[in-house]
Amino acid sequence: MIERSVTHATFSIERVYDAAPARVFAAWATPEGKASWFVGPVGWTQIERVFDFRVGGEERVKGSGESGRISDFRSHYFDIVPDGRIVYAYEMHIDDVRISVSLATVEFQAVGDGTRLVVTEQGAFLDGYDDAGSREHGTRWLLDNLDAALRYGA
Amino acid sequence: MVKHMLNQSVPLDRMFHALADPARRGMVERLSRGPASVSELARPLGMSLPAVVQHLHVLQASGLVRSEKIGRVRTCRLDPKALRTAESWISARRSQWERRLDRLGEYLARHPEAPTQRSRT
Repeated sequence: MIERSVTHATFSIERVYDAAPARVFAAWATPEGKASWFVGPVGWTQIERVFDFRVGGEERVKGSGESGRISDFRSHYFDIVPDGRIVYAYEMHIDDVRISVSLATVEFQAVGDGTRLVVTEQGAFLDGYDDAGSREHGTRWLLDNLDAALRYGA
Repeated sequence: MVKHMLNQSVPLDRMFHALADPARRGMVERLSRGPASVSELARPLGMSLPAVVQHLHVLQASGLVRSEKIGRVRTCRLDPKALRTAESWISARRSQWERRLDRLGEYLARHPEAPTQRSRT
């Protein structure tokens, strides 16, 4: 039986890119741009991608990880300000289990010739996502993910 | 399990900090295979016991590791609760963002001309 729980979490990540807001925005707003960086981890293969970048439009990125687990990102755009802001809500499924529902806000701010990008995620993370309950798997997964982040000085 | 909310930044910061060090990651990896004494943890790392104890303090503060002393031996184990909490995969979500935004930076660097540098005033 699944133990039901909800954890609410909010986090923000900020980056400064040496590119004008219009270019950074385009990397979110065009299918080629978005597909070049919005992908899964190493070993991930895409199964399906839908990209309809407009208010009310849908985005979907479904893929299979190295472990064979299927991740499914399903998103809807709610607010788009060209070169300024994107707000979308999305749900994440792993192997048909809904693991989170989130609101993501992306802000593009001009700083000199560059852009400060701020991504804020406000999420409801569901049922503790205790995947297979395997401690070793959980540990490795945690370490792999954190390791990648820490290399960039998180 | 009851519904709960947590202040995300403190536990996450502790966990990130705890795992920022390769020696501590090595200890966590060792413990993922089962409990170990402090000296068993120290051996493969080629570290002094006091150094391992220091690292252990950090890991315990992060909630990832628990230890108990029975007689003269302190046995360390991973806290499965900490690993099962949503925190660990929320931090995974966060690090997924970090990787993607790095990739976005690489994409922008590779395509200095493109795309749609719209003419705006």
